Amino acid sequence: MANYSISVNGKQHTVEALEDMPLLWVLRDLIGLKGTKFGCGVAQCGACTVHLNDTAVRSCSVPVSAVGENKITTIEGLSEHGDHPLQLAWQKYLVPQCGYCQTGQIMNAAALLKSNPKPSEDEIEQTMAGNLCRCGTYNRIKAAILTASSGSKS
Amino acid sequence: MKYLAFPKKKQQRVASEVFKATRRDFLKAGSALAGGFVLGVSLFSCDSKGNKKGSFAPNVYLKISDSGQVIIIAHRSEMGQGIRTSLPLVVADELGADWGKVQIVQAEGDEKKYGNQNTDGSFSIRMFYKPMREAGAVAKQLLIQVAAKRWDVPVSECETESSQVIHKASGRKIGFGELAGEAAELPVPAAKDIKLKSREQFSIIGRATSIIDLPAITSGQAVFGIDAAVEGMKVAVIKRCPVVGGSVKSFTDEKTRAVPGVLQVVSIKGAGLPATLNKPLAGVAVIAENTWAAIKGRDLLEVNWDLGPNASYDSNQQIKELVEKVSGGEGTPRRSRGDFKSASANAKKIIERTYIAPHLAHATMEPPCALAVVKDGFCEIWACTQNPQGARDVVAEVLGFAVEKVKVNVTLLGGGFGRKSKPDFIVEAAMLAKQTGLPIKVQWTREDDIHHDYFHALSVQHVIATIDKDNKLSGWNHHIAYPSISATSDISVMQPDDGEMMLGAVDFPYDVPAIRIETHDAKTQLRVGWLRSVRNIPQVFAIATMLDEIAEARGMDPVSHALDLLGADRNITFNEEIVKGTYPNYGEDIANYPWETRRMKAVIERVAKESEWGKKLPKGYGLGFAAHKSFLTYVACVVQVTVDASGKISIPHVHYAVDCGTAVNIDRVKSQFEGGAQFAASFALKSAITFKSGRVEQNNFDGYEIIRMPESPKEIHVHIIDSEDKPTGVGEPPVPPFAPALCNAVYAATGKRVYQLPIKLNG
Repeated sequence: MANYSISVNGKQHTVEALEDMPLLWVLRDLIGLKGTKFGCGVAQCGACTVHLNDTAVRSCSVPVSAVGENKITTIEGLSEHGDHPLQLAWQKYLVPQCGYCQTGQIMNAAALLKSNPKPSEDEIEQTMAGNLCRCGTYNRIKAAILTASSGSKS
Repeated sequence: MKYLAFPKKKQQRVASEVFKATRRDFLKAGSALAGGFVLGVSLFSCDSKGNKKGSFAPNVYLKISDSGQVIIIAHRSEMGQGIRTSLPLVVADELGADWGKVQIVQAEGDEKKYGNQNTDGSFSIRMFYKPMREAGAVAKQLLIQVAAKRWDVPVSECETESSQVIHKASGRKIGFGELAGEAAELPVPAAKDIKLKSREQFSIIGRATSIIDLPAITSGQAVFGIDAAVEGMKVAVIKRCPVVGGSVKSFTDEKTRAVPGVLQVVSIKGAGLPATLNKPLAGVAVIAENTWAAIKGRDLLEVNWDLGPNASYDSNQQIKELVEKVSGGEGTPRRSRGDFKSASANAKKIIERTYIAPHLAHATMEPPCALAVVKDGFCEIWACTQNPQGARDVVAEVLGFAVEKVKVNVTLLGGGFGRKSKPDFIVEAAMLAKQTGLPIKVQWTREDDIHHDYFHALSVQHVIATIDKDNKLSGWNHHIAYPSISATSDISVMQPDDGEMMLGAVDFPYDVPAIRIETHDAKTQLRVGWLRSVRNIPQVFAIATMLDEIAEARGMDPVSHALDLLGADRNITFNEEIVKGTYPNYGEDIANYPWETRRMKAVIERVAKESEWGKKLPKGYGLGFAAHKSFLTYVACVVQVTVDASGKISIPHVHYAVDCGTAVNIDRVKSQFEGGAQFAASFALKSAITFKSGRVEQNNFDGYEIIRMPESPKEIHVHIIDSEDKPTGVGEPPVPPFAPALCNAVYAATGKRVYQLPIKLNG
């Protein structure tokens, strides 16, 4: 066990954890940010996606000891009032069914738009391939991302 | 050989009565409803003349507070189908409530308060649409009575809108809150005097309504089972016996206890055999301060198992044995019409095919999890459950508590698909909480979920079709074998039960002179449960791909062939041809919900038109068709595929036509069909569970694959038949016809027939 000081959503948190504790469980169990979901534990489903600086990472597979000075952003920190363009687009297209995977989907899509503000449909599909949705909302997710992006090459 | 009767649950509800809740009812309904103007609706089972049977039991509640707040109880579990929105909106529409300000309160599990809450079988809307409308209409009538008296105007001149009573002629308005107190004193009108809105008057029903949990979901604030927490909560992760029916002989936990954060290691006695539909598997639980410590501790446990009689189970071997069995002779007759032997003897052509489908896991994105607190002889649970009452009953039984001493709170469900109807994971939490005296959250990992599901069972079927000298389909002989769900509760069950046979086998609707449907023995050596549309999946896969082949053999177009085989407009009852028992019709009286060939033909014609069936397609493209009625909803499906040289299948278009009676929330009907296509695409193209030495061979989403965005069906068009008929469910009906339509499309594109799922075109 060791103490780690990590920056989450612009706030510094000190947690006592095993060095291999995944960031996912640090966020959920130690810090109490539960918008990040557990789906597989092995970076296969994307439900736990958060940002490490501006990059989407699977928090189930990032040990707390590897976070260091990097800035973590979770769904709770994506926007102040739940009004990030993607969150609004998600509402416009009524994307969610059960909703469980959607925070991970939104975080993955947000990282995509940061690095590529006008992704093509194919780029969206390839980037979102790591995020599973068992309810099958893929087409609405894609439509929402296309709308939230400042235009698409399609 | 033995099979059990189905259904066991109460579904026959054909009448309802609105009542004004008394003070006693408020108390029973809990604090959310204390005070104000509260209405309940009571559902009754009826005899054939419509007379009530059984006792008066209030269930659904609507409250209007003195401040005008409209509160509607959602008593069904939300798992993505939108029921927390779609039933309340029905009440709100009839009432004339301001929908944007309605508060929805999720009910705990309690049959006495809320009636049947087991959210499965696609029947929430079917069962509760009319009672919900009546509750809203009665409240509206009483509020109008109070306002009309105050204004001294006829009630007929008053309306409700935006949670106000309005007198249009004078422009006067009063909010519900100011009327609620007096309305509560008025007698409830007799059933015959309840005035429901006409279809033209609906303002919410029949439109696309956003789900109430949408902003909470997109901002990460929605509370699922995994998010439930109480002060001092500990987390348990369990190492379960890898073989169903095994037990713990001994275990070594030194390394586990050395993990910082691990608190206790506790053995769980499992149900043994039969595995049951509600009790845990044998295992050893690691209880820790947090999830990670529990997972680490669990992985370091060394358990010596008595694996029991299923340790040699090999699912591929079972498939081989069943192939022999279904194609090798007579089985148990389940439906019989005409003389198949004679049809066979006189046939000009006989087509004989064997169909194979594997075990499937539900793989809900939220793995099973439950929180239990046992204190002072009372157990309180928070769980993602489809069946809070079933959970409550079994927890009471296992803890030795009275049912009244168990409370089950229902969170949002991160997917259900039938898995979360089984409360085994909730019982684990309750047992551990009682034994340790600690608040315990049991968390399943994905590996736990894939290894220890209540699986959709593998199936092997053999169909023999005979075509006579006049090119007519003269005989249909369907042989079926698979491990039955009933065997999970009774290991002597060797053949499909009546409920499973109802799901797309004995309800073969086509007008063929000789029909013979037979079942064969299959041993059950795993936990089998129901998965979204259940046995419709394999049975319709076999039937609808075989029909495509028959159409081709007869030189007919598959769509015209289906329309032709359905025959004249008629209502089918099946009963006289079912060999033993009666046709269950999804728990509904077939007089109220007949099987109408007219409606099936209408969806087929609609889907053919919308998909431009028959159009010329480029090389490598194919269109496939299948139609099926399940859960009382009529569905026809056309799938378009392209197959490249490497055998890779893409699905650019899917068309569904659906007749679900009145579509309450158009958007959620569409989303269920969009999702149903994706769900079916997963098992048609990707998913399979196999057992070797009694153990599941897949571990996570790398081994048990579900469909991902790049390969998923692209444009899914849902065409809803405009109807005022009684509403029927849409959660499951999209699933069954998709896979056979896809297989038929693959054939159209490649000339290769598919006899086994998931589809493997190369090798």
